[in-house]
Amino acid sequence: MRTYIIKRVLALIPTLIFATLIVFFLIRMIPGHVIDLMLSQQDISADKVTRQKIEHELGLDAPVHIQYLRWVSGVVLRGDLGRSLWRQTEVWKDIKTRIPVTAELALMSLMISLLVAIPVGVYAAVRQDTMLDYIGRTVSILGIAVPYFWLGTLVMIYPALWWGWSPSVELIPFRENPLGNIKMFLVPAVILGLFMSAVTMRMTRAMMLEVLRHDYIRTAWAKGAPEKIVIIRHALKNALIPVVTLVGIQVPTLVGGTIVIEQIFSLPGIGLLMYDAVLQRDYSVISGLMLFIGLIVLLINLLVDLSYGWIDPKVRYK
Amino acid sequence: MSENNGKHLIDVKDLSVHFPIYTGAIFKRKVGDVKAVDGVSFHILSGETLGLVGESGCGKTTTGHAILRLHELTGGQILFNGEDISAYGGSQMRVLRRGMQIIYQDPFSSLNPRMTVLDIVGEPIAVHKMSRNPKDYQDQVAELLQVVGLNPSMSSRYPHEFSGGQRQRIGIARALAVKPSLIVCDEPVSALDVSIQAQIINLLEDLQEKFGLTYLFIAHDLAVVRHISNRIAVMYLGSIVEIADRLDLYHNPQHPYTRALLSAVPIPNPTLDAQRKQLMLEGEVPSPVNPPPGCKFHPRCPEAKPFCAEQIPVLKDTGHRNHWTACHRSGE
Repeated sequence: MRTYIIKRVLALIPTLIFATLIVFFLIRMIPGHVIDLMLSQQDISADKVTRQKIEHELGLDAPVHIQYLRWVSGVVLRGDLGRSLWRQTEVWKDIKTRIPVTAELALMSLMISLLVAIPVGVYAAVRQDTMLDYIGRTVSILGIAVPYFWLGTLVMIYPALWWGWSPSVELIPFRENPLGNIKMFLVPAVILGLFMSAVTMRMTRAMMLEVLRHDYIRTAWAKGAPEKIVIIRHALKNALIPVVTLVGIQVPTLVGGTIVIEQIFSLPGIGLLMYDAVLQRDYSVISGLMLFIGLIVLLINLLVDLSYGWIDPKVRYK
Repeated sequence: MSENNGKHLIDVKDLSVHFPIYTGAIFKRKVGDVKAVDGVSFHILSGETLGLVGESGCGKTTTGHAILRLHELTGGQILFNGEDISAYGGSQMRVLRRGMQIIYQDPFSSLNPRMTVLDIVGEPIAVHKMSRNPKDYQDQVAELLQVVGLNPSMSSRYPHEFSGGQRQRIGIARALAVKPSLIVCDEPVSALDVSIQAQIINLLEDLQEKFGLTYLFIAHDLAVVRHISNRIAVMYLGSIVEIADRLDLYHNPQHPYTRALLSAVPIPNPTLDAQRKQLMLEGEVPSPVNPPPGCKFHPRCPEAKPFCAEQIPVLKDTGHRNHWTACHRSGE
């Protein structure tokens, strides 16, 4: 098990190197250089001297590959993700202050998605072709078809028009007002969670249907086991194996989702940080953030892989 | 093949299991029934082995499942120890499951891959609260494993760590856990190698003797059925066409379908095999959705007469040693 984990962690390195190359160079290929944006915003006529001065101060005058090596060596040697080109703040500190918001949103969305998807999926499979199965399937197709950003926008607009209610725009810290904090996150988390639950629900239903046809389920009935035990202990545990994989694959979707949802509900998480950084072409923030997100996604998928050993006895890591 | 005292353990009376067919996506409309089992009657004596043979799709397995109430009955009655269990509800049925168990054909899909052997074999004991304490529970499982010829130290392993024959033994141990009187053996050896088949058959026979078990032995391998059964019932398209003592059935088959089945059994002697006359049946098995009128076998029967298409034959005594057949022409 330990050797397996070490091997897997080592295997992350090439992936991460590749990721740094992509995030570093691709962002610099977007039209609209950060200096142009800075100059246009500060309303300074772009004479060559000021431009060169700013470029030099930000370290952007060096050739791109040198910049890349500087950045990577900073990351590797000092764990330093760089400084924001605009604010001169440390990227890592920016991420650290915003992580709780995104983590809370993501976890709540994931929990809501699983809490909806698994019971509905199981119920739809056990009572296949009943009215509730049809309703569950229809709603889940809607969940796949209706974009969450559109739904999020509607939730922002219509309650405001009808009842004069709108989600809070100021972050309520959990420590000060736990209930208010959860209330604040609930609407965006439900929107994102329902979107993700659609696929998970379909997968749970399909797997349950397959597993329920197996002889060992019939055996469980023949043993005289009550329905709850047959469904949960015998069927669901076996049906969940591919569902766990699916949830692992959904993590990047979740990250992408939080970026959009944070923007709509103006939640100050790393999504909003990313959004602003892209608009401002804040190269170092984007690169640092992307690297961080990439690492998180890879680690979560590693956890998913490791969890197979626990869910599926056929998988043993040596 | 142990001796029995003539007591009926199972009485099946006019059993029918139909599976409805629906069309329409939203407003469902029933368009017919798959008549998997259609008016079957037979009994199983306590301590005997009743073989149930027939080709694929003839309703053997459905009959076995229906006796255990794993399928809803469409009609008819099932008497277990003289008690009508066909209308038993969930909780009554759960208690009854101590008396009747099943062994499946496929030793791979019949064991839950996520449970250890200890839990697979022990769960019935736990469900029916048959152990006094955890130690007793483990001891009971260990004993069951020993009874079926497995090493009790293997109980912490998972099903995928065993071979097909071993897995079938686990399935048998599981079935024995509740000390049942009836075990429905649903083609328990068809998925195994021939060498392993013999071991499992011998094990089943030993267990029958040891625990006084009654078997309903479902199979399509006539040689295996002949070896293990006391009596044999032949099914065709949801109905029993012939039922007789095993040797009587083999030596003196009355129904044309039984004769055709027996003539298809390979003889392990090429000279003899070449000499005998093979009865080849024409055509395919008709659909159980829309079975032929009268005798269901008449479109393929080499001896059919016009009236066979009109009247449904009933199982009747041939007057010869408990030999029953459902053919209009028997005894002619």
